[in-house]
Amino acid sequence: MAVANIQVSETPLVLYALRRADDALILGHRLSEWCGHAPMLEEDMALSNIALDLIGQARELYTFAAQAEGKDNDEDKLAYLRDVRQYRNLLLVEQPNGDFAQTLVRQFFYSAFADLYWRAMMNSRDATLAAIAAKSEKESAYHLRHASEWIIRLGDGTDESHVRAQAAIDRLWAFTGEMFAVDDGERALIHAGIVVDPGALRGRWLTTLSDITREATLTLPQNDWMQQGGRSGRHSEHLGHLLSELQSMQRTFPGLTW
Amino acid sequence: MYTQALNTAETDDRGLEDAGKAAQFQARIDAEERIEPNDWMPAAYRKTLTRQISQHAHSEIVGMLPEGNWITRAPTLRRKAALLAKVQDECGHGLYLYAAAETLGSSREELVDAMLAGKAKYSSIFNYPTLTWADIGTIGWLVDGAAIMNQIPLCRCSYGPYARAMIRVCKEESFHQRQGYEIMVTLCRGSDEQKAMAQDALNRWWWPVLMMFGPPDSTSQHSDTSTKWKIKRFSNDELRQKFVDATVPQAQYLGLSIPDPGMIQDADGHWRYSEIDWTEFKQVLAGNGPCNRDRMAARRKAHEEGAWVREAAAAYAAKRAQRQTAQAAE
Repeated sequence: MAVANIQVSETPLVLYALRRADDALILGHRLSEWCGHAPMLEEDMALSNIALDLIGQARELYTFAAQAEGKDNDEDKLAYLRDVRQYRNLLLVEQPNGDFAQTLVRQFFYSAFADLYWRAMMNSRDATLAAIAAKSEKESAYHLRHASEWIIRLGDGTDESHVRAQAAIDRLWAFTGEMFAVDDGERALIHAGIVVDPGALRGRWLTTLSDITREATLTLPQNDWMQQGGRSGRHSEHLGHLLSELQSMQRTFPGLTW
Repeated sequence: MYTQALNTAETDDRGLEDAGKAAQFQARIDAEERIEPNDWMPAAYRKTLTRQISQHAHSEIVGMLPEGNWITRAPTLRRKAALLAKVQDECGHGLYLYAAAETLGSSREELVDAMLAGKAKYSSIFNYPTLTWADIGTIGWLVDGAAIMNQIPLCRCSYGPYARAMIRVCKEESFHQRQGYEIMVTLCRGSDEQKAMAQDALNRWWWPVLMMFGPPDSTSQHSDTSTKWKIKRFSNDELRQKFVDATVPQAQYLGLSIPDPGMIQDADGHWRYSEIDWTEFKQVLAGNGPCNRDRMAARRKAHEEGAWVREAAAAYAAKRAQRQTAQAAE
């Protein structure tokens, strides 16, 4: 049974919020796939906790986007009734979980950014975004600490864990550039003081990564070629499968209350 | 979650132990005192509790799988977050219970290994599949409801760490139960398709849930010692009846029918259910339920694929300790 996708009027502010909401939802969804299958119970708990934080952030950001759009959409319509070409998340967050090292490297790259980003966003001129940022920053700080500790353990653990962690870094590195990219619409929001320039955070992000990987005896790749596309809906093949699962109920039983 | 069916007490071996200590121990139990980890206890008491608490812990962990099956497909973001939080709670219960079992002298690793080797049991209810979203509501409503019936008396269990763990677990379970019932209310107020989904789930879960209370009192062999030790306070049939009496009005409120046409209300107001098919129960317990193999395979896979992670954590901790010792020596 096919259900039509919703149409979203992507003003710069709506698009901005959707991008961040999609990041949080897709990464939260990926982490939730571990629930019941993690290497130890403590990590079932931790990964679920982080997933819950991210899904919570997504809900606030979708609600903000829906209000900014001012039409009939809401958090569930935005999450469940847009297809892969309408999703605006980073390619990084949709990458499959892979092994535990790949999941944690993905988390490390993202959280090291999110922590800085939401802290800076607390100064947004938009009171709602500033409030979302204040909550997200506290959560991201914990996510970063959790991921950093694991990067160190895996990098400086056994030969096998070292190889796996390094492989994950090498594999995911090219997806990190997109975090710092900005288009014209977002540039205008930056000038208006509503959002912050992610590009300005890259130096500090890199310092965090360098410090932690050094302690973990791991190395950051030298290549600076970066894969882009998620922000404009050109995704990897992985996202379609994720969405078909995430959206299956709303697509199969349209318009019902659950 | 938990089932009494798994409790099998050791035979009473007090004859082999100090008769004076045993009498003192029983006197403390009779006086409703809590037994704590460092207190003297009969070996059979320790063994019975280790088995019961670890089976309870295994049930929480395996119980994450049928519900976890719907986390990625929950129909709304609110339901997704609530379900994820719920399954995470079950994991927390498992951790809590392993810690309680450890106070009796067995390590979590030993206990988990016994489960993965198929030597220790977990509640049979988790060997049934979750096929539709209504199963998530039904599990919360009925499976957690039955678990609460079983666990409330355990809050007064004679063994202190288990009793205290149960107090917290029961609080969370009753929240889960309300959450599950709320899913059912939503479905039953929804479309015909949703209501049919709810009825189908009730049809499939009803009898397995009644089996969660364990074999009928007439065939239950081991409750005597557990009762005397105040590990168990009510019989299987008493708890089952209590559960049925509480559940029938809830089903009526939902407009669902209990899949037991022979059920009648007696003069005292109790709902008398038809005979339970204990052959099915025995088959599932013996490993022949619809999901036994899948559940064990999933737990073994997580354990085996996580081995390198646990080894890395241990290796890093050892390196760090060594460095700290070396630093201290300088």
